[in-house]
Amino acid sequence: MAKISFHKVMHSYMARPAGLEDYALKEINAVWQDGGAYALLGPSGCGKTTLLNIISGLLVPTQGRVLFNDTDVTEVPTTERHIAQVFQFPVVYDTMSVFDNLAFPLRNRGVPEVRVKQRVEEIAGMLDLDASLQRRASGLTMDGKQKISLGRGLVRDDVNVIMFDEPLTVIDPHLKWRLRSKLKELHQRLGLTMIYVTHDQTEALTFADQVVVMYEGTVVQVGTPVELFERPHHTFVGHFIGSPGMNVLPCEIVDGTVRFAGHAITTASAEKPGSDVREIEVGVRPEFVHFDEHGFPAEVVKVDDLGRYRIVEARVDGHRLKLIVEEGADIPSENPCISFDPAATWIYADGWVVN
Amino acid sequence: MKTHKWLVPTLYIVFLMLPIYWLLNMSFKTTNEILGTFSLWPLDFTLDNYRKIFTDPTWYNGYLNSIAYVVMNTVISVSVALPAAYAFSRYRFLGDKHLFFWLLTNRMAPPAVFALPFFQLYSAIGLFDTHIAVALAHCLFNIPLAVWILEGFMSAVPKELDETAYLDGYSFWRFFRKIFIPTIAAGIGVAAFFCFMYSWVELLLAKTLTSVAAKPIAATMTRTASTAGYELGLLAAAGTLTLVPGAFVIYFVRNYIAKGFALGRV
Amino acid sequence: MNKTTNQKAWWFVFPVVVLVAFNALIPLMTVVNYSVQETFGDNVFFWEGVKWFEQVLNSDRFHASFLRQLAFTGMILVIEVPLGIGVALSMPRKGPWVSVCLVLMALPLLIPWNVVGAMWNIFALPDTGLLGRGINALGIDYNFTQQPVSAWLTTVLMDVWHWTSLVVLLAYAGLCSIPDAYYQAAKIDGAGAWSVFWRIQLPKMKRVLTIAILLRFMDSFMIYTEPFVLTGGGPGNTTTFLSIDLVKIALGQFDLGPAAAMSLIYFLVVLLVCWVFYTLMMRHEEK
Repeated sequence: MAKISFHKVMHSYMARPAGLEDYALKEINAVWQDGGAYALLGPSGCGKTTLLNIISGLLVPTQGRVLFNDTDVTEVPTTERHIAQVFQFPVVYDTMSVFDNLAFPLRNRGVPEVRVKQRVEEIAGMLDLDASLQRRASGLTMDGKQKISLGRGLVRDDVNVIMFDEPLTVIDPHLKWRLRSKLKELHQRLGLTMIYVTHDQTEALTFADQVVVMYEGTVVQVGTPVELFERPHHTFVGHFIGSPGMNVLPCEIVDGTVRFAGHAITTASAEKPGSDVREIEVGVRPEFVHFDEHGFPAEVVKVDDLGRYRIVEARVDGHRLKLIVEEGADIPSENPCISFDPAATWIYADGWVVN
Repeated sequence: MKTHKWLVPTLYIVFLMLPIYWLLNMSFKTTNEILGTFSLWPLDFTLDNYRKIFTDPTWYNGYLNSIAYVVMNTVISVSVALPAAYAFSRYRFLGDKHLFFWLLTNRMAPPAVFALPFFQLYSAIGLFDTHIAVALAHCLFNIPLAVWILEGFMSAVPKELDETAYLDGYSFWRFFRKIFIPTIAAGIGVAAFFCFMYSWVELLLAKTLTSVAAKPIAATMTRTASTAGYELGLLAAAGTLTLVPGAFVIYFVRNYIAKGFALGRV
Repeated sequence: MNKTTNQKAWWFVFPVVVLVAFNALIPLMTVVNYSVQETFGDNVFFWEGVKWFEQVLNSDRFHASFLRQLAFTGMILVIEVPLGIGVALSMPRKGPWVSVCLVLMALPLLIPWNVVGAMWNIFALPDTGLLGRGINALGIDYNFTQQPVSAWLTTVLMDVWHWTSLVVLLAYAGLCSIPDAYYQAAKIDGAGAWSVFWRIQLPKMKRVLTIAILLRFMDSFMIYTEPFVLTGGGPGNTTTFLSIDLVKIALGQFDLGPAAAMSLIYFLVVLLVCWVFYTLMMRHEEK
């Protein structure tokens, strides 16, 4: 088990990267605590798999160091890093039984057979695989195979970190939540460091204590699910997390007051953006926009009824935005006015939040 | 170990190229040089052998004959195999499995077994010594092969494609021509490649079914080897020229070969 | 895929059935016909029952060529399959060299079979051929037209040259279809190169290798043209394999009865071996 730290880690798949845009991973600095459950969240191509491969040692980063606890492992081969990984598609050794599959990593390391048997049975019990230990692994269902992949990581007691690369992609929807709660349970029981890569916000938010949101090769925010929701550090996080995503609207600052479409608004940002900023925007989640007769006039364009709440699409001076109205609350039919909740309204300068 | 990995394929390719090089080498030598001296490359470089082949009709007609029946066979095999493969991949019908297996058994029939009966059969129906006779005879092993390859490719296309097209109001034949055939174009390419290949390389049946008018180039060569004594240079030049269509075809389908093999259908 | 039952599908397979039946059933009937009759020419036939079958099965000549055939097929399988796997394993997975390798390796497969024979004849001639001259220069007495051992060596080498690429291409396709995750997982599980081969690569190649072995078995069992052109079955009868012997009996001596009986036995052996091998491999698969 280990703490993982990154010092100025950068990676490019090109032999001679010319500029920053050639890097798949742009300067990562982070410390991930021992025993934590981290989720790497981001769209395809954001660099999360690259980062994963750097941790597992399949890739050596172009620059920077990776440390497990306080040991530099940047150039240490995969085998000596004591990590385990579960892939998108289950990897099982078809010709072997479930038992032999689980025993494989131990036998490769020369663990005595008595201990192998003991460990395999223990792990099989945790994963509810005891009944199928003697069956051929190729005959199992997808979720069974994925459990074997996980089990091969768990049997070893020298594992520093277990990594999951979108492990639920090929699992039937009704089994997904079961496997996910199993993972959560194992994390609490074994206290292992776990890193979970996904592009699905529900998976990330339910699995992890800390969610690492990545975008175009950079980590844009690290935080608990609540932090990501209430205080997105970047407009991307606002868009990507939440359903529907955050409203990001153009605004201007005139004489120290923030103005959106000509209306003065109050925000939670205490500082003011510097003068070199090219684009200033205001961001507020639909959950924090309300109908308010003291607010500014808006035009209701569309209402989607989702049962427990309604999503209202409104227009203010040509800018579209969304708000969420709880069940039972009214949508004014004449001259509707709206306001933003000042505590959850942030200013973004070139995409980044202003504190 | 890793750095020397290229050594194995390289040595293997060198081994493959040696006899071909020797054939080329011989084809540019004069008969006197071949019989008189031993040299690793032509000392007295000549194009006479090739000139003879391109000017003597018994030689160049051999090429034209071979290409004629190979193309005929490829067209026939692929066009009748297409609907059959579709039926095998989409429908269940009386005796389908047995039929499929019976078709495949014909791929296992030794041509030598059929040489004599074929001669009698095609003589009886008056097709002896025609291109179409060889083209039809090669259907024996090429149709099962084409059906097998195409069935593999078609089964990989989801059935929903057919159903969507019917819902959109396509008639069966319009769907087959406009949508289905373009979808499995790679499969048709692979099937045509293998039909071409097996028809091109087979000699026993081709030789048995022809005498003069449709004689394949390969048979012309055999005759030269036995009657004209040791005209090795001429033989080598003719052999070299038979490599050309094959090399040409491989170059065009190189990206499909691996795909066709990957399906496990050869 | 779940298929719908549709008897009209027979119309789709009809042209195939007609063409193949014309080519397979009529000649096969002819063969069966000959195999149970005796003729002295002029299309006069006498019923002979299973006499020809008994004669063939008891003849030393058939036994000899059958054994030669078995030995030859066994030898080329033992050489070509491991060699093919070995070459496929060491080929690059991507990059410009892949195309070069594939094109060059596929070349022997597209050479007319008699040209293969003729080419090896020219290549192996003891006085003018590179191979023949080379071996003799090493001080080994080699002449494939005179010595049985040399003739065998040359024939086997020729077949290895001709057909190993088929095994390479199939094995390579099998290897390429293994996802990278398997290799990464094996690394993480601490598996060595041997384990990776034994536990991942070989099982994943099983299907294509089954096909490779079947094809090589069938085709080598039917081999005719290449050895016929190279050695003519000689010296003596030392490289007379089943097909060569069959053609000698049928077209050379015009002994139609024995030739037909031998044809049927021959065809049945090929079918039987293919069926048994295929069933064994597939049953293992289903377990």
